[in-house]
Amino acid sequence: MAKVKRFMQGNEACAEGALYAGCNFFAGYPITPSTEIAEILGYQLPKIGGKWIQMEDEIASIAATIGGSLGGCKALTATSGPGLSLKQEGLGYAAMAEIPCVIINVMRGGPSTGYPTGPSQSDMMTAKWGTHGDHPVIALTPSTVPEILTETVRAFNLAEKYRMPVFVFYDEIVGHMREPVEIPEPGDLEIVDRAKPTCKPEDYKPYDSNFEIAPLAAYGKDGYRFHVTGLNHGDDGFPTNDSKRIDQGCRSIMAKIENNLDDILKNETVDMDDAEIVLFAYGSTARSASFAQRKAREKGIKAGLFRPLTMWPFPEKAIREAAKKAKVFIVPEMNLGQMSLEVERCAPGIEVKGINRVDGEPINPAQILECIEKYK
Amino acid sequence: MTAEAAKKQKLSVPFDYSKYLRGGKLPHIWCPGCGHGIILKALLRAIDKIGLTNDEICMVSGIGCSSRTPGYVDFNTMHTLHGRALSYATGIKMANPDLNLIVTTGDGDALAIGGNHFIHTCRRNIDMTILVYSNSIYGMTGGQFSPTTPEGSKTSTSPYGAMEPNFDCCELAKASGATFVARATSYHVAELERTIKAAIEHKGTSVVEILDQCPIYFGRQNKYKSASHMMEMIEKDGTVSVKQVDKLPPEKLEGKLLRGILHQVEGEEYCDKYAKIIEKAQD
Amino acid sequence: MADRYELRFSGSGGQGMILAGIIMAEAASIYGDKNAVQSQSYGPESRGGASKAEVVISDDAIDYPKATAIDCMLAMTQEACTKYHDDIKDDGILLVDTELVHELPKGKFKIYEFPIIETAREELGKVIVANIISLGLMTALTKIVSEKAITDAVLSRVPKPFLELNEKALKIGFERAKELKEKK
Repeated sequence: MAKVKRFMQGNEACAEGALYAGCNFFAGYPITPSTEIAEILGYQLPKIGGKWIQMEDEIASIAATIGGSLGGCKALTATSGPGLSLKQEGLGYAAMAEIPCVIINVMRGGPSTGYPTGPSQSDMMTAKWGTHGDHPVIALTPSTVPEILTETVRAFNLAEKYRMPVFVFYDEIVGHMREPVEIPEPGDLEIVDRAKPTCKPEDYKPYDSNFEIAPLAAYGKDGYRFHVTGLNHGDDGFPTNDSKRIDQGCRSIMAKIENNLDDILKNETVDMDDAEIVLFAYGSTARSASFAQRKAREKGIKAGLFRPLTMWPFPEKAIREAAKKAKVFIVPEMNLGQMSLEVERCAPGIEVKGINRVDGEPINPAQILECIEKYK
Repeated sequence: MTAEAAKKQKLSVPFDYSKYLRGGKLPHIWCPGCGHGIILKALLRAIDKIGLTNDEICMVSGIGCSSRTPGYVDFNTMHTLHGRALSYATGIKMANPDLNLIVTTGDGDALAIGGNHFIHTCRRNIDMTILVYSNSIYGMTGGQFSPTTPEGSKTSTSPYGAMEPNFDCCELAKASGATFVARATSYHVAELERTIKAAIEHKGTSVVEILDQCPIYFGRQNKYKSASHMMEMIEKDGTVSVKQVDKLPPEKLEGKLLRGILHQVEGEEYCDKYAKIIEKAQD
Repeated sequence: MADRYELRFSGSGGQGMILAGIIMAEAASIYGDKNAVQSQSYGPESRGGASKAEVVISDDAIDYPKATAIDCMLAMTQEACTKYHDDIKDDGILLVDTELVHELPKGKFKIYEFPIIETAREELGKVIVANIISLGLMTALTKIVSEKAITDAVLSRVPKPFLELNEKALKIGFERAKELKEKK
């Protein structure tokens, strides 16, 4: 049987992906250009008995999302720029206390209130460095509407598997554009549920360091009573002043990522085998880059496209590999140069050329092609 | 004397707190003379009277001295961020409405940094008990003025006397829509236990402002001789029970705060309402 | 067809330009056998101000979602026409509403003028279906989607009591486009 194909908006595909992944809790606050996600889930979640709440502000929404997750739900919140700034303390808490949750950020112009209805990619470093302290980050960057659906599912899987907040970042263009999407049937995509403790309740330790990722019980379910805090804590979840355990805790939340890069990283590459000019692009900008890359190849220019679907952790190894053959990396982004800095870090000695635009207009293929031709 | 022997002699049985306390987590961090321990004990006795099991309770807190309470009790417990306890608790309650949510918070946590969450939680009338340990000071950070610090009081950030008018926590809760509002003190211990019990038993958002004392930071800077002096001056002499209001002449009420259940009405609870939304959506 | 066929629907907020774009893209990708992407730009206000929706149709995957060289553009207001006509191809088409667009832009593209809003008001009694008439006109002028596909797409989005009205609006569009073409 042919799959159901629907013409849908990026934000709609996000809600669809969340439901497919088993999301049954949403807390949010209205903000352009992500509000459609809240609206759709406000309609859909009650239909499946899921919980949905509009909180009094962005801070409360991330807090309730984390609370919902600890109550045993697969929890989601969605926001944009200024809301992402406000959510930072809660995101740090989720990273520290290792609570799974998914955060969608539909990027609009900034800083501050900026350009609410215009596209941007200027929150990329906020994902990485927004909250204080060393903390693990997974951020996914889909470019198409069907990809928003599948990457939202992947975000839930990674959040549940690695017990941490996972971001999906896309710009307003991808969030509001519409494309046909084949709706996956149950079973088509992998769904990961969080590991549940199997030990006796009295033996349960929510941060048991015998596990790489300790199973997480839910409040009020199955008789596991435990304590959660944002303070540095021991295996039992209680605050600790033991410097050895503090050090171990800080390192172990980072190690979850470093030890599982193969599982977390995901890129798409086009014509990279002999690429001398490498386009590094993500979100809607990757679509412009793809157009320009095709045109460049038609002209016989050895251009390739590297498109990260996992932006954080950064695909360091792959970029170092690409740098061996590349004579230049071109990094188009709707900001004043953010991911280009990471590319530079991983490609020492190679020129990294940014194409930057912050006027609320997309970077068009002609701009990128013009830049490619300068390096042919 | 064993409990059995005490019973025989018709003496009062000492209350066994240990079934609610987590092994190995005491002594607590509270200073000598602090009222927080009195509140914790009254709370545990109230829970016992209601007959709730440890599994049925989820205690959530923010940041501050009062917010360390969940760490000592053997319930489902969460120590969150400054001011945000009510938002975390809202998420937990929505996810699992069978849990009895108790939030322990302070005057700074609930009414300053968490003020927005406080009024909106009251407005929703979601079923939870909010215990505001109100000692008019930020204790954990070393004694700065809070939204309930009386005007003129000296604190480490009001060396010339606090100049800001203060919040009446109970009036704020009532105006925001809480369906149970009470004031108690750590001095009137039996009344405190009864009030907390009534608050937990009430369905909807219950707020209990509990006046207690910080002898170290508030007391010393404001010339109180001791913790007991503070309790007598602020909690005993500074308050009047709602039951006595009609009997006292106006001059005896001047400058006094009312104690007891100040407001209790029935109102549809948030999770019950949400359950109806689910029914409607599935129709 | 070339690898991309680009359409732009422009007017002022509230004229249904974005909906028209969505329906055209659905006609191509859901009710037809092509691929389509629809995007838009809009201001903070939901009424007034120039707004546009763009649709790219292709037999292949579509990367860049915005217009690069427009094959067919609709302008429902003077402001939109002046602001957005620049990237119409030399052999492209510009369709304007005669009631609101008085100054025609210069260019090598073909210009069709039609009283879209007036027809909706006078013949159908509902200004609100002006965008559906325009879909009929654009379908017949461009042939980028079939009349059946656009009809299916429109009717799938319309509540029952308004099916007939919208079908009529589309038909008016199809017929008048043929007359416009013959005149040229």
